[in-house]
Amino acid sequence: MSASKTIKMLSRLLCAALLLSPGFAFADYELNLIRGVTEVSHMQYNLHMLVLWICTVAGIGVFGVMIYSIIAHRKSKGAKAAQFHESTLVEVIWTVIPFAILVAIAVPATSGLLLLESTDKADVNIKVTGIQWKWEYNYIDEDGVKFISQLDKASDDARKLKSGVDVTTIENYLLNVDNPIVVPVKKRVRLLITSKDVIHAWWVPNLGVKRDAVPGYINESWFYAEEPGVHRGQCAELCGKDHGFMPIVVKVVSQADYDTWIAGQKGAASASAAEDTKVFSMDELMARGEAVYTKSCAACHQANGEGITGAFPAIKGGKIATGDKAGHIDIVVNGKPGTAMAAYGSQLSKAELAAVITFERNAFGNKKGDMVQPSDIK
Amino acid sequence: MSDHHPTGIKRWLFTTNHKDIGTLYLWFAFIMLLLGGSMAMVIRAELYQPGMQLVEPNFFNMMTTMHGLIMVFGAIMPAMVGFANWQVPMMIGAPDMALPRMNNWSFWILPFAATMLVTPMFMGGDFMQGQGPAFGWTFYEPLSGQYNKLAFFIFAVHLLGFSSIMGSINIIATIFNMRAPGMTLMKMPLFVWTWLITAFLLIAVMPVLAGAVTMMLTDKYFGTSFFDAAGGGDPVLFQHVFWFFGHPEVYIMILPAFGIVSQIIPTFARKPLFGYASMVYATAAIAFLSFIVWAHHMFTVGMPVAGELYFMYATVMIAVPTAVKVFNWTATMWKGSMTFETPMLWAIGFVFMFTIGGFTGLMLGVAPTDFQYHDTYFVVAHFHYVLVTGALYAIIAGVYFWIPKWTGNMYNEKLGKLHFWLSTISVNVLFFPQHFVGLEGMPRRIPDYNPMFADWNAISSLGGFAFGASQILFLIIIIMTIKGGKKATDQVWEDAEGLEWSIPSPAPYHTFATPPEVK
Repeated sequence: MSASKTIKMLSRLLCAALLLSPGFAFADYELNLIRGVTEVSHMQYNLHMLVLWICTVAGIGVFGVMIYSIIAHRKSKGAKAAQFHESTLVEVIWTVIPFAILVAIAVPATSGLLLLESTDKADVNIKVTGIQWKWEYNYIDEDGVKFISQLDKASDDARKLKSGVDVTTIENYLLNVDNPIVVPVKKRVRLLITSKDVIHAWWVPNLGVKRDAVPGYINESWFYAEEPGVHRGQCAELCGKDHGFMPIVVKVVSQADYDTWIAGQKGAASASAAEDTKVFSMDELMARGEAVYTKSCAACHQANGEGITGAFPAIKGGKIATGDKAGHIDIVVNGKPGTAMAAYGSQLSKAELAAVITFERNAFGNKKGDMVQPSDIK
Repeated sequence: MSDHHPTGIKRWLFTTNHKDIGTLYLWFAFIMLLLGGSMAMVIRAELYQPGMQLVEPNFFNMMTTMHGLIMVFGAIMPAMVGFANWQVPMMIGAPDMALPRMNNWSFWILPFAATMLVTPMFMGGDFMQGQGPAFGWTFYEPLSGQYNKLAFFIFAVHLLGFSSIMGSINIIATIFNMRAPGMTLMKMPLFVWTWLITAFLLIAVMPVLAGAVTMMLTDKYFGTSFFDAAGGGDPVLFQHVFWFFGHPEVYIMILPAFGIVSQIIPTFARKPLFGYASMVYATAAIAFLSFIVWAHHMFTVGMPVAGELYFMYATVMIAVPTAVKVFNWTATMWKGSMTFETPMLWAIGFVFMFTIGGFTGLMLGVAPTDFQYHDTYFVVAHFHYVLVTGALYAIIAGVYFWIPKWTGNMYNEKLGKLHFWLSTISVNVLFFPQHFVGLEGMPRRIPDYNPMFADWNAISSLGGFAFGASQILFLIIIIMTIKGGKKATDQVWEDAEGLEWSIPSPAPYHTFATPPEVK
């Protein structure tokens, strides 16, 4: 550790010590709750500060009495033990006072909770689907705007065990994605949150939104950003092997930029649809398949196709990849319920599915020699 | 010793003696503490720096999962049962537990349950990829349903449940039937009271846990869909059932700790416990409330707002009886004549740091802010303050308090105090910074993080290594005390009150063959 880093650490320890003493301003954001950028996150911050101060004052009171007693009432100072051991009046007083404080906390907490849960009315509706280990966003007011968002490549390469990459050189390490979600400023955005496999939680601290993505449920949440900006978050519910590696990036932009972005997304969607009727050569399928494999399959089945014994089956010499074509297409498109194998039919385009299945049948020493075309995917 | 009993391994395998069984429980808990602790060391080592240096992500998840399960079911709970076995008969003037053969059985199930829990880690495939349970100690469906050796986990939980239920029945039967003449309920030492209430909690919730894992079993292997949305089931149902067990479970771990501390503080303040009756009522109130607050673990799961409001109000109510307890301990110390032998240090450490965990518990109970705190390191800091500096501190305090009675030897006071100060400084360096990274936005159960969390994680890890190493000293002190040391008097502590201090040290193999008279 460099000398400057050590000094920084010591100064923070000092800050922490100061935090414990009364009168400290609680100004350092690295010690305290994120204040965020929305009405909800400000409400949460204010409520947090209220309860924190109540606890601080109560703590100083109780600890103060205990410390005084420990210093003053010790045998070595000749203290003689009093024998009182009961007082109904005192018991009633110190039952009623905490209760009154709780009522005082409950009032703003109730109105805060009602604000947080007021999900009616929205300008933009986005369906958010958690998938091991990425997010799918579907702009349900904008026909065909739907995409997968997952950890960016720089972070993904660096986070591999013993990658040798200094992660401090990676910008927004583990908090960056390939396709961020884009929303307009000063608009109420409603999120409809669900999951395809296990439970995830969509959390962006700055927006004050954390909501579980539960299969079979559609949970609602909302935010309203006053200023343009970029806000980052992570999955907050343990969802398996790569739980730590499914970040969220929200870009808040002007209405004009948002409209341009939506138009661009729609163009990309129609280009992708046009491909679904094309016939590709083996080389085209293999090259594209490798790219899709790296992005969508390698997390479990591994870059070398050998899988992980006991958890994820191998593609290399695997029963399905060297078996008949229809079975292979079926498992990729429809997944395998009760396992981490997702149904990729809704995540990848037909061309991408055709490419990746072809790749799996002809890479890692699997030499099936057959091709899958987009038209084979039903 | 004139007592007739088998020797060697047979003494321990076939024993029906509450003291032997207490010893077995305590040693089992200590071994599990070291095993679970070594997993915590792996966790802190990987989190020492950003980037993945030591283990694969799934192995990391397995470490957090097994650490939690082993500490909860292997270390804290069995240690508390160990105390109950040793102390309850001696404190109420009974010759032994009411059901001695069942007592033997409830202990000897445990090593098999632990083996079944741990074995899958070493089965099939690459050890370094994490072959054991890796779905968190809360084993939420549907994630746990993806695990292909789930049956081991489920049967281990069933066995642990059998053991706990039998242990609880035994404790209740003992307390209700075996008290010495004159030992009315409201004269019982507070430790006995807290265990009586804990035993009822266990009997109420362990079958619920058994139900939850049985539904998991049939979902996984027999085609049912209790928790599978695709089959018409409900993944959120699992969380309701789990936390209906899980929330009382946290009080199962802390109520006996309250009891231990309530024995120690009056002894070293040389003053009776303040508000004995209110302590009993507060314990009962906490136990009752523990059944009606479970969904505060699930505020973000998507409950109706009326449900969230109810669970928030009910949850913060727990602060009232808990505050009463802290005030009573403080009032017990007030105007006492205090000395600070090692057990008292640990007990005072408990009151201070458990209160910090109580404050963060109140903060977490306030639902709107819980949406930010939930599943972050703030929660990790909170429950380690109540379970490590709470439950574990009380266990260590209890060991120092009663080991002279158990072994007939005094522990080494200097080393005991050194153990306390090393542990207390390091445990705060370990857990206090976790509040900060949690508030800054670091989720729990992640093996790697953005460098903005790096400094506090490095400090936390250093504290963790020091705290782990300090417990080796505890082991050394215990072995030294068993092997020798200054002879303990019968009363052990100056003016100590209670039946256990009226019998010789070490406690004879059989005590109170004729019941004592309690005035």
